[in-house]
Amino acid sequence: MNRVQLVSILGSLGLLAMILELIRRGKLAEEYSLLWIATGAVLLLLSLWRGLLDLFAAAVGIYYPPSGLFLVGFIFVLLLILHFSVIVSRLSRQNRELAQDVALLREKLDRLNPSDDRKPRGEE
Amino acid sequence: MNDVRRPHANRILVIIPAYQEEETIGEVVRNVYRHVPDASVVVVNDGSLDRTEEAARAAGAVVLTLPYNLGIGAAMQTGYRYADEEGFAIAIQVDGDGQHLPSEIPILLEELGRGTDLAIGARFLGRGDYDPPFLRKLGIRFFSFAVSTLVGRRFYDTTSGFRAANRRVIESFSRYYPYDYPEPEAILILSRAGFAVREVPARIQEREGGRSSITLRKSVYYLLKVFLALAVGRFRAPPD
Repeated sequence: MNRVQLVSILGSLGLLAMILELIRRGKLAEEYSLLWIATGAVLLLLSLWRGLLDLFAAAVGIYYPPSGLFLVGFIFVLLLILHFSVIVSRLSRQNRELAQDVALLREKLDRLNPSDDRKPRGEE
Repeated sequence: MNDVRRPHANRILVIIPAYQEEETIGEVVRNVYRHVPDASVVVVNDGSLDRTEEAARAAGAVVLTLPYNLGIGAAMQTGYRYADEEGFAIAIQVDGDGQHLPSEIPILLEELGRGTDLAIGARFLGRGDYDPPFLRKLGIRFFSFAVSTLVGRRFYDTTSGFRAANRRVIESFSRYYPYDYPEPEAILILSRAGFAVREVPARIQEREGGRSSITLRKSVYYLLKVFLALAVGRFRAPPD
């Protein structure tokens, strides 16, 4: 086992341990952790099984197999960012709808309780 | 919803989105009441930090205050959702800065009477002498060209926010309305859904106060965003 492989294995294990610990402590929702676990698992698999990495590198045409590891890692990082962009888009749409609901409900509330005069913004 | 709360059937709602327009909003609201006395006015206060809300309320408008700034599209949709919930038959969009003349509203209403679903008060159609700065004119031309090409019918002023919508459009907009720079996209969406969208000549005034929401810095983003929205809008799954 050479040094590069040892570093790769330790790195992948560290990443997986961090992800699992975050899930265990409830800081990372399972829904969003699947892609992270897949990233860690694939990196670990490629570090452990040198032959697979060589096969992959040969198939894609990479001369130096360990840089295939970087390629795989990079692809997963791109996927993660895309995944987050989708989530952010959904959250901002939901956020917009909620803010609109607040405005509409406030107006209704004011109409139902005219005596309950709300202080203007910034003067609370 | 019970029907006691639908006292507005067959009535007109004027929607005025406003962000930091304390100087002009009161006069704009009073102007609307002066020229269209039977209309209701709702001002959508888009998270202003000044006294827009108080000024609008003092002028007699219903005010919907968003908890923070959402941008013109989401603010406008708030007004459409209000129009939908309250059962208004017609909604009219008027800017809070006084550039749209309430005296021109009857022209839009007449167009709705001819079976149009969304009537747009367009500059450059003969009425009025509005002459925008060079760059803005270029942008306006570009969008008109893009929308006209995609819809397959000539439009002259796709960025105009002076519009009147009938009940069907109110319901559609309250479900889905584009955000950020919504005007050209809204035309495209409605046209593709089979609504009759038509322009009528309208006078537009120079801005009385406030500043255009479109600065030079933002206009590149504006151009790209709307162009992408228009291009993708062609293929996008219809909103449900």
